[in-house]
Amino acid sequence: MPINFILPEFEVERNDYRCIRCRVCERQCANGVHRYDPDGDVMLSDETKCVDCQRCVCLCPTRALKIKKNDAALRTNANWKQNTILEIYKQANTGGVLLSSMGNPEPFPVYWDKILINASQVTNPSIDPLREPMETRVFLGKKPHDIERDANGEINTELPPQIELELPIMFSAMSYGSISYNAHKSLATAAEALGICYNTGEGGLHEDFYQYGKNTIVQVASGRFGVYKDYLEAGAAIEIKMGQGAKPGIGGHLPGTKVGADVSKTRMIPEGSDAISPAPHHDIYSIEDLRQLVFSLKEATEYQKPVIVKVAAVHNIAAIASGIARSGADIIAIDGFRGGTGAAPTRIRDNVGIPIELALAAVDKRLRDEGIRQNVSLVVGGSVRSASDVVKAIALGADACYIATSALLALGCHLCRTCQSGKCNWGIATQDPELVKRLNPETGKERLVNLLTAWKHEIKEMMGLMGINSIEALRGNRLMLRGVGLNEKELEILGISHAGE
Amino acid sequence: MMSLDAKALNHKSLNEQLRDANDNIKLSSVLGQRFIAAGMSGKTIDIYGTPGNALGAYLNGAVINVYGNAQDAVGDTMNSGQINVYGNIGDAPGYAMRGGKIYVKGNAGYRAGIHMKAYKEHIPVLVIGGKAGSFLGEYQAGGIIIVLGLSNDEKDIVANFPCTGMHGGRMYLRSKCEGIHFPHQVTAASADAEDIDEIRGYISEFCDLFGYDADEIMGGDFTVITPSSKNPYQQMYVAN
Repeated sequence: MPINFILPEFEVERNDYRCIRCRVCERQCANGVHRYDPDGDVMLSDETKCVDCQRCVCLCPTRALKIKKNDAALRTNANWKQNTILEIYKQANTGGVLLSSMGNPEPFPVYWDKILINASQVTNPSIDPLREPMETRVFLGKKPHDIERDANGEINTELPPQIELELPIMFSAMSYGSISYNAHKSLATAAEALGICYNTGEGGLHEDFYQYGKNTIVQVASGRFGVYKDYLEAGAAIEIKMGQGAKPGIGGHLPGTKVGADVSKTRMIPEGSDAISPAPHHDIYSIEDLRQLVFSLKEATEYQKPVIVKVAAVHNIAAIASGIARSGADIIAIDGFRGGTGAAPTRIRDNVGIPIELALAAVDKRLRDEGIRQNVSLVVGGSVRSASDVVKAIALGADACYIATSALLALGCHLCRTCQSGKCNWGIATQDPELVKRLNPETGKERLVNLLTAWKHEIKEMMGLMGINSIEALRGNRLMLRGVGLNEKELEILGISHAGE
Repeated sequence: MMSLDAKALNHKSLNEQLRDANDNIKLSSVLGQRFIAAGMSGKTIDIYGTPGNALGAYLNGAVINVYGNAQDAVGDTMNSGQINVYGNIGDAPGYAMRGGKIYVKGNAGYRAGIHMKAYKEHIPVLVIGGKAGSFLGEYQAGGIIIVLGLSNDEKDIVANFPCTGMHGGRMYLRSKCEGIHFPHQVTAASADAEDIDEIRGYISEFCDLFGYDADEIMGGDFTVITPSSKNPYQQMYVAN
């Protein structure tokens, strides 16, 4: 056998004094790290298989386990970092494209963390959300340009179709196939309980989940998986996926091993066959072509559903959004380069796209400058991690936010970033029935509802301290934001002043 | 069958009237209206004139006869039903269709039958009487594409890059396909009797529609193209 150059990334530290040989760790690890040796009455570990998902650590009844970063290291080199070297070994071993999961982990600036929120002091008093009504409800969709009145002077209230959300947050697209049935069920039931929407992703809608239709956004991507009339009519809105923040400009590829009977039925493709979403929609080469897909969907659903166009945040995003706003789309969703994924080539995930904060500010400004901001609502995702990120996004001009990684964390994800393996020990990014049942959808729903209920309280607290009692009054209110440690260009793009100004 | 003059109608009002009709419909003076019959089921629509792009998108059981040429994206994501085009058809017909049938008397443009799928009893079928443009059957994941090459020109039965990324379904080209380059992930072979039997019904339906002699067509040389793997790209990656 050739020498394996690849150091195990993690180390399993087992406190033998605490270990009772119950073998829970062995049963819980789908990667096959732990093994009992009856001859020596000892638990052994194969660290090369460990992904640091923490499942064994959390389930060890005596807390005998720790997973630590392996401190056996190559010689330090600021240019040739250990990971860079290991990646070269992996590619030299296999000739394969490096494949990763979840969002970009590299140390690029996180602009949310360099923006601070204003508060009322003395004048313009703050509002106490515990005793005053605070409005967090938003409507997404095209808004009229002018107020129209009929012959009697009554306002014409006929609006294009809208999505109504109890708080400006939705669960972002994750397909059935990339995540499990129980994960989807958790998201669907939580969205219903919260009065928001979740998103099918491009993998179709499982027949059991049509009942959550009014809290569902159905996605149409280049592979058109599971797209047919009933599906289009099932949801609160239809989303055309042009791009994804984790992998702008490339398609998706669900390996045939994950296309079991149920996924095959939902995606309407042959069992065991790779589900390939080509990089482009093969019928869209221009804004005019996009308009054609937007209107074919509107025709098929009799103009009852708002159409969202989702794009990745890329260099010319403002011009692209301006085109989309003229395509007949009702909502633009922009996904920043930190957005998660079930699988993406590492090089693309880590090097392509731009931060959502800058993309959002640029798009909102461009649409305002062109007088077409009311043509569309803006939804942003690509690493919205907390209620304060949501507040900052709204103040930068978003109508609502998409969250996905945060939602998966609530379901038990530990961000080990190996979704592509299909062996998720937390029952989220897997189709293995034994693993899927580890995620109880009732518990999952409760945890998602808890998370967003907490965020809602926090959003209201932050609105209150700014003296704002309606989320609509916060949208695009950049005076509520100040930057710290940002240069003039960054401040200019974000459209905010520096702290102290 | 009721009649409707489409001359002064835009696509929205045209489709409204089609949806409201309880009967089969004859549409006359159609002049480029897009999205005709999108998502429709349960009726037959005869079209005289030239329908615009995305005719029969998401079609869900309706039958459409086009007595003339059709443009791009006919039968996009079609679920079931049938579209018969008594002329030529533009680019990307049958994109991602998973059921139903499209018969074209004449030629097809680029990207015909790309991403066609199949699902349980749904086997989509695209039959092109003439010749096909480049990228025929790209990423084909299921269903049957048949090109008969009946047009009288010197062109190859299919232009460049057919079957790229094909990982399901079958393609039949009525030609020996000499000089046509297929990608490595598919197998192109002379069709044997069993292969031919599989498409006999579709050929005879084509001939009934457009007035050809089935025996004469079946007597030609057919090449059948099948994917070598349902998982063409699985070796390309290494977990990181």
